[in-house]
Amino acid sequence: MSEADTLVRLDGVTVTFDVGRDGFWGRHPKQLRAVDDVSFTIGRGETLGLVGESGSGKSTIGRALLRRTPVASGTITFDGQDITHVRGEPLRRLRRHMQLVFQDPYASLNPRMTVAELVSEPLRVHGMADSVEGARPVVSALLERCGLPADAADRYPHAFSGGQRQRVGIARALALEPAFIVADEPVSALDVSIRAQVVNLLQDLQRERNLTYLFIAHDLSVVRHISHRIAILYCGKLVELGPTADIYDRTKHPYTTALLSSVPIPDPPLQRSRTRIVLAGEVPNPVDPPPGCRFQTRCPMAEARCREQAPPLEEKAPGHWAACWLS
Amino acid sequence: MTDADAPLLQVKHLFVKFFTRRGTVHAVRDVSFDIARGETLGLVGESGSGKSVTAQALMGLIDLPGRITGGDVRWHGQSLLEGDGSLLRRVRGQEIAMVFQDPMTSLNPLFTVGTQIGEVLRRHRKMTRAAARTRVIELLDLVGLSNPGQRVDQYPHELSGGMRQRVLIAMALACEPQLLIADEPTTALDVTIQAQILELIADLQQRLGLAVLMITHDLGVVAGLCDRVAVMYSGKIVELATADDLFHRPAHPYSAGLLRSTPRLDVVIPRLVSIEGSPPDLVSPPVGCAFAERCHLATEECRESMPGLHFQDDGRKVACWRPFEAEGPAPVTAGEGGR
Repeated sequence: MSEADTLVRLDGVTVTFDVGRDGFWGRHPKQLRAVDDVSFTIGRGETLGLVGESGSGKSTIGRALLRRTPVASGTITFDGQDITHVRGEPLRRLRRHMQLVFQDPYASLNPRMTVAELVSEPLRVHGMADSVEGARPVVSALLERCGLPADAADRYPHAFSGGQRQRVGIARALALEPAFIVADEPVSALDVSIRAQVVNLLQDLQRERNLTYLFIAHDLSVVRHISHRIAILYCGKLVELGPTADIYDRTKHPYTTALLSSVPIPDPPLQRSRTRIVLAGEVPNPVDPPPGCRFQTRCPMAEARCREQAPPLEEKAPGHWAACWLS
Repeated sequence: MTDADAPLLQVKHLFVKFFTRRGTVHAVRDVSFDIARGETLGLVGESGSGKSVTAQALMGLIDLPGRITGGDVRWHGQSLLEGDGSLLRRVRGQEIAMVFQDPMTSLNPLFTVGTQIGEVLRRHRKMTRAAARTRVIELLDLVGLSNPGQRVDQYPHELSGGMRQRVLIAMALACEPQLLIADEPTTALDVTIQAQILELIADLQQRLGLAVLMITHDLGVVAGLCDRVAVMYSGKIVELATADDLFHRPAHPYSAGLLRSTPRLDVVIPRLVSIEGSPPDLVSPPVGCAFAERCHLATEECRESMPGLHFQDDGRKVACWRPFEAEGPAPVTAGEGGR
């Protein structure tokens, strides 16, 4: 991908959180490396699927990208500009171009605001509309585009179902015409039949507006459907990154293999006859990660070297990266 | 007393209503099904379809403002709802056990795992403290927890979500039940942990000859585990079929729609087929078929009269005036590539 086509770039980004103290009189601060030396790019108009289990750092990456959580080291580049340490007014202006769609449409909308107020709020905050009334035409167009009825504007969030609320959340994110949207588990809380509606809406909007998505999810079936490329995280580390087809058909990391085989397929004979790799144990605590490869404690293939040295992320095939000694 | 020929569990024309300020919610409307010994039945539906309420009704867990307003639940042919409730109290927790969705809130944080599982044994089996402890360690081992001797003295907060769900399963199995009701047991868990728990349930079922009622919204979970599947929509069962029949040739348009709108890991399609609209409000359920408003096959007949759950030639039951007409899931083509 040429430099001009890259919208978002992460270089060696590490995010740490302080989680209490250890030792005599707490002399040693304990740190949790939620995201450890992660690098990737997202091209314009591309969807990068970011997959990982709870605690893998996927949401933290999304928040770091949007500059909503400070990074300990590494750089974040947006549209050719280093934004790692941008602050104040320039950061405010930057926020217009990058928006977030949340997971829980029940918790992310203020119940005391009407839909018109909710959707026009970003416009008012950024001085692109002076009142709710002034923003009406824009709001109506957005609501219509997101598949909400015309009378939705004057109603409150409680009057809507989960799927409709998520549409309101998407309309709100689109209000400032951003180039980049971080969608953090946008359909996980929705029912199957509604999920498909919202996934289709996100795909249509991307085509119309050349939007770039970071699509954070744990559901590999949805991620496969929506993503051009996929990044797999394990315990704060990027373990595999590549085009969607390669991730599924030419998997390079044993964690990805296990993850894929854990997803049940809605086809009884196939599901019964599949060879499933059921991983033993659980994800290690990122405060105290195991030595070497972080996956070695659960990896069915782990060797002596995996327990001593962490494997680097290497390009195993064109555009297909993996961090494993054995691939 | 018990009827040897009767199915393990029979649910007959069950109705559950919730009397709320907004009006009466018809949560379960005329639901009937059987579970045979050692059988796994999947109960599939979306939020508000009545699947969890049905399970709670079986266990006598419907509290005000909810009430069972009709029908019967029979255990070995005997009614659990009639009488003074002594049969229900004896059966519940002992012969029928339940595992809930959220392993974080189903355990008491103030007591050790051993005390909480032991309580079940001491109450139902009148075991001594020491005997209960020995049995708890056996049970923790049975559900695949490492170091059961140590785990028995741990508190819930010391365990991860997957381990807590194993503890809850151990608790459910304490009295060697004949039926395990699992209400979304893996929904709160990560994919790899979900796989572990499903594997455990399948394994226990085989080893202990357990019947399982698996309640889930995830069609994938049902596919690997269940013999038969009941699909619920708006408080009613719309289709009841063997898993193989349902997945390969769904008869009800809602079942077909659900299958088509579920993205599959092994099949690549350019666009998901969604079911437009949303389920009806059960305060005033429609007179006709509840799915008619979202069904592209719907006719006047569908909107005016409710189709009953009738047998089809292949032995399944479907509540639809136009069964088998909806387009099923996309044919499986060996998937190469993403988008």
